[in-house]
Amino acid sequence: MPGPQPGSTDPTVIRNFCIIAHIDHGKSTLADRMLQVTGVVDDRSMRAQYLDRMDIERERGITIKSQAVRLPYKADDGVEYVLNMIDTPGHVDFTYEVSRSLAACEGAILLVDAAQGIEAQTLANLYLALENDLVIVPVLNKIDLPAAQPEKYAAELSRIIGCDPDDILLTSAKSGLGVREVLERVVETIPGPTGDADAPARAIIFDSVYDTYRGVVTYVRVVDGRIGTRDKVSMMSTGAVHELLEVGVISPEPVVSKGLGVGEVGYLITGVKDVRQSRVGDTVTTAQKGATESLGGYRDPKPMVYSGLYPIDGSDYPLLRDALDKLKLNDAALIYEPETSLALGFGFRCGFLGLLHMEIVRERLEREANLDLISTAPNVIYRLVRDDGTEFVVTNPSEFPEQKIAHIFEPIVKATVILPSEFVGTVMELCQQRRGMMLGMDYLSEDRVELRYTLPMAEIVFDFFDALKSKTKGYASLDYELSGEQDADLVKVDILLHGEAVDAFSSIVHRDKAMSYGTMMTSKLKDLIPRQQFEVPIQAAIGSRVITRETIRAIRKDVLAKCYGGDISRKRKLLEKQKEGKKRMKMVGRVEVPQEAFIAALSTGDETSKK
Amino acid sequence: MSADQASTLSLYVHVPFCSSRCGYCDFNTYTATELGNEVRRDSFHEVLAAEVRIAAEQLSTSQQVSTVFVGGGTPTLLGSHGLNYVLQEIKDSFGLVAGAEVTTEANPDSVDQQMLEELRAGGFTRMSLGMQSSAPRVLQVLERTHTPGASVQAARWAVEAGFEHVNLDLIYGTPGETDDDLKASVDTALSAGIDHLSAYALIVEDGTALSRRIARGELPAPDDDVCADRYELIDQQMNAAGMPWYEVSNWARPGGECQHNLAYWRSQHWWGVGPGAHSHIDGRRWWNVKHPAPYAERVRAHEAPIADAEQLTADDLRTEQVMLGLRLAEGMSAQSFDDVLLDDLLRRGLIDQSARADSRVQLTLAGRLLADAVVRELLPS
Repeated sequence: MPGPQPGSTDPTVIRNFCIIAHIDHGKSTLADRMLQVTGVVDDRSMRAQYLDRMDIERERGITIKSQAVRLPYKADDGVEYVLNMIDTPGHVDFTYEVSRSLAACEGAILLVDAAQGIEAQTLANLYLALENDLVIVPVLNKIDLPAAQPEKYAAELSRIIGCDPDDILLTSAKSGLGVREVLERVVETIPGPTGDADAPARAIIFDSVYDTYRGVVTYVRVVDGRIGTRDKVSMMSTGAVHELLEVGVISPEPVVSKGLGVGEVGYLITGVKDVRQSRVGDTVTTAQKGATESLGGYRDPKPMVYSGLYPIDGSDYPLLRDALDKLKLNDAALIYEPETSLALGFGFRCGFLGLLHMEIVRERLEREANLDLISTAPNVIYRLVRDDGTEFVVTNPSEFPEQKIAHIFEPIVKATVILPSEFVGTVMELCQQRRGMMLGMDYLSEDRVELRYTLPMAEIVFDFFDALKSKTKGYASLDYELSGEQDADLVKVDILLHGEAVDAFSSIVHRDKAMSYGTMMTSKLKDLIPRQQFEVPIQAAIGSRVITRETIRAIRKDVLAKCYGGDISRKRKLLEKQKEGKKRMKMVGRVEVPQEAFIAALSTGDETSKK
Repeated sequence: MSADQASTLSLYVHVPFCSSRCGYCDFNTYTATELGNEVRRDSFHEVLAAEVRIAAEQLSTSQQVSTVFVGGGTPTLLGSHGLNYVLQEIKDSFGLVAGAEVTTEANPDSVDQQMLEELRAGGFTRMSLGMQSSAPRVLQVLERTHTPGASVQAARWAVEAGFEHVNLDLIYGTPGETDDDLKASVDTALSAGIDHLSAYALIVEDGTALSRRIARGELPAPDDDVCADRYELIDQQMNAAGMPWYEVSNWARPGGECQHNLAYWRSQHWWGVGPGAHSHIDGRRWWNVKHPAPYAERVRAHEAPIADAEQLTADDLRTEQVMLGLRLAEGMSAQSFDDVLLDDLLRRGLIDQSARADSRVQLTLAGRLLADAVVRELLPS
């Protein structure tokens, strides 16, 4: 291979950058084009969304796990550059991963759909990039769409970034138009990395992926020094030392190298089997003559949202356990412990970074282990303070105390909504209903508005995003970040079936919303639970106080009148089918409840957050 | 239960013709337009008679037939000649036991006095007429073509013609029917001098015009609670008339019970003749090809027109015996059931106290309305 070789690349020809974009704004397509323009993938072996590994990414059009690809590029100035494109996840749940990717870069391409303008999460990531002093290369994509308004959105972008509208590049990643210009701009404006080649090695981990055959593949950006194949490496957060089995770069298939030098981006394979031993944000150094000070910025992933995951077929429980154990190897943020539910049987209480993370985990479990799962309504983490000042944390409604408690603190978020100005009224109303406090409002352009609110996280976790999308015809985008906690008047609402509380339906809600939650659940269950031979009250209660009640009247008729001209077989088969159905019933006290009723009752907000 | 007694043999004959299709009906029947030229109605009695001969050959039994039931469809569309022709073939091929019950169903529209007399003379002993309701608006929803008076008139003629037993069929729970409509229907039926009443809750079958109308929201679906109320009304009126229940959907003057239907509920043997007809002999069930055209073709080729069959296992037989036997007022012996289950049913008022003391299981009025649930509870999983 001509040009700079991995392990011995002059930092001045290296350009480390990422692409900040909203889903559907064309990031994967632009990445595809760059692979072609630089010639690392020939047209024949090209496939759409080349870099997105998992099926789930390709299908949903989102990138869950970032990756880095090394692109040799001969620029117009005749110099052979090395472009390291670091892919970033684009969702609010993965802000921390985004921040680590950004920390590995000197610049970022800001990619915005010329027909839609910037979205809230893109804006948030842009601010993150600016905080990290990254050079921004603004690009408006999809300019060949009939609905494209490049002038309008160039004006919008220039106002946000503070640049000249004329500096904004115009592309159509789909057709390849303007892609080379983007690469030229990257080379021109983004500085090469600086680092001390003679200092002890320090590299930041910006991604860590479990591979069935190789174990954990750790993606790093070397800041100082050099990591060579003969080194042992040490993870600075734990001090754990690992053999290095392989060092290399992705271009876009793995290429083994003798090492990685200052500013280079590549992968390490140490033989560890669990991504927890090689965590995103950690600093890697050499075991001998290693660095004493880490690069900083590492933190443990902290679950924000909890939910119960149960197999629909109870006998799949061991499969679910195995699938979670396997998934954990590739997902440092996933935590879980066994849980038993009266209604749903054996399952796991799982902690997630957010709703999308929850959905992705669920979908991967279902797909990769071929499981049918049901999840309970997600809840956030509460901090409870007793009268004597002692405190404890509640991650599950079942842990919520029956007796009065001095203080209950719930997490709150700072939310940003970007939306067309015509919907401002309805969205403000929605935020009001969700106990939001307005922080501010800005016009991004004459008809696009940025609204900022403080909202309880629990309200967002419920079905806020669905409501937001439906109230704005899909035009609004949302971003939020945790911003502390607030003391709130929260209660646990239990749903009782014939006097028995159904654990899966208990929910921690604001006192003002207890009634509406209770009414929603009881009326839904009334329609879902078949009539029994006795009257069944369905109640919602706070502690021992019933706040709303529905009644399923006793069934009086369960008999098929006629005998179809001697067709006894049909009648017998119907009976056998009914008996089969009865076997799948779950008993809540004396009440027979079909599994489907639990599932249907829990399915509200299931489709939340397709962001 | 008569499981240990020798089984009787019955014949069912299916006539797959109707002059028009009623909106609620999903039976195997066809109008002239639906059939086109494929099947000739006027010679169909010969096809049926030919299957009777095949049946006799295949059974090669000396057992005579205890009951005959001609159902449909509208059997009377074959005319008295056609029906008598088939019955004669049954007599010739099998023979009838002394006092055998011979029933035909009829649509009030398609019979007159003369026809009834001819059928009686031909050997029919029992007439079953579809009345459904005496309320014109109910008949309209059901898309029945007869007027309310026609069924009563036809039943009276049948009594006059000397039929030993006359039945009227009612359907209750039709959308739009009131309690008063139902009471009037029962009173009207009783006034015709019948000794047997069948009453069926309206079932909305998939694929019928009725189910489409309900799906479109043109009609409300029948309400189970309303059906339960109506059932209780019927039972009350029939008891007062001296015609108690003997099967969940059937009431009769003592001695007027339909022997043919009892044969079904008692898991006796029968051969079903005609398209789509079901048979049950010696633990084997089979059913004929459904459409009249291929059916007739097979019979003309002197083949048994069987579509498919199943051999019942011991478990199947037990399931059927309980499923069918519990529907009868005579009930079943308590010995083969778990006492704990029976005590629970008794406590809930679903089986009769004195029958239980007598070591029998008999459903109460509430139990009859929940008969399928009781059967499910009593059968082992």
